[in-house]
Amino acid sequence: MGLETDFEIPVLTTNLEKVVQWARRSAIWPVTFGLACCAIEMMAIACGRYDVARFGAEVFRGSPRQSDLMIIAGRLSRKMAPSLRRIYDQMPEPKWVISMGACASCGGVFDNYAIVQGSDQVVPIDVYIPGCPPRPEALIYGIVQLQKKIDASKM
Amino acid sequence: MTASDIIAALEPLVPGVVYEAGTSSDESRTPTILLPAEALLATCEALRSGPGLEFVAFSNVTAVDYHPGRDPRFEVVYHLVSPHRRARVRLKVRVGADQSIASVTSVWPGAGWPEREVFDLFGIVFDGHEDLRRLLMPEDWEGHPLRKDYPVQLRKEAKTYMPLQVTAEEFRASMERDRHVRSKPE
Repeated sequence: MGLETDFEIPVLTTNLEKVVQWARRSAIWPVTFGLACCAIEMMAIACGRYDVARFGAEVFRGSPRQSDLMIIAGRLSRKMAPSLRRIYDQMPEPKWVISMGACASCGGVFDNYAIVQGSDQVVPIDVYIPGCPPRPEALIYGIVQLQKKIDASKM
Repeated sequence: MTASDIIAALEPLVPGVVYEAGTSSDESRTPTILLPAEALLATCEALRSGPGLEFVAFSNVTAVDYHPGRDPRFEVVYHLVSPHRRARVRLKVRVGADQSIASVTSVWPGAGWPEREVFDLFGIVFDGHEDLRRLLMPEDWEGHPLRKDYPVQLRKEAKTYMPLQVTAEEFRASMERDRHVRSKPE
């Protein structure tokens, strides 16, 4: 390294991939998309007590075109599945999906005809969060895990 | 009003129909009347406009499936309210799986969607309903989920694509029309 001391102002050297990973992980913008009771816990993480702004993910966007994270918060009904897929398709790359709670991950207690038994049948999932519903801490932990995944991703 | 009061008021209005007072735990507030399916429409019209009755408010319609214990298997249940008399009534009509029942949308137009819901979930057909489509389940769904012989833990592939409800041309035309309306000076 050594290069930093050759300038009058402080300079850090790195490679492009690290900068891109840093930029992506530090400002994950989730899409405002709640399906059931897990969405209440999802809203709680953006409020004062849990304050997900500490991890750069507090800007819930109303449009999928401006978002890069979808949190599937709640049970996904069969009738909703095409709409969820359409919202996912409208998000620009790179994009990530968190499956929040038992229902989104595997159908949970709703083992019936109306609910999709695991939202990974509809969209690819990056992080699964267990719980019914998961506490806000668990969701924040999931977002931190996702940040680690983004950090390890290749360009 | 008790069930016998309502039946006494109904009998001169709809002659020749046998009404039966049912029992329920909330009898003092909502008396129950059982009636044959053929008499439903005439009875509903009498209940709506009969003097001393005036059940002008349609509260809801639902159904119960007694399969396989009972034949006919369904019981369609109507709840009506009379704000003028401060009274409620519950009507019960027995219907078989292959029978249809008269729609009461001509008496209370608001019965349209509740009847669609009962059709969707139980498969009971309402004759004379103008738009008897599914309400809750996807339009291409097979079967009626609240029937007792329906496989509840049905495993099916999730659909991930739904065609747009308007074509691109229709969408553009609608946007153009809207823009035209909005840009007009007040």
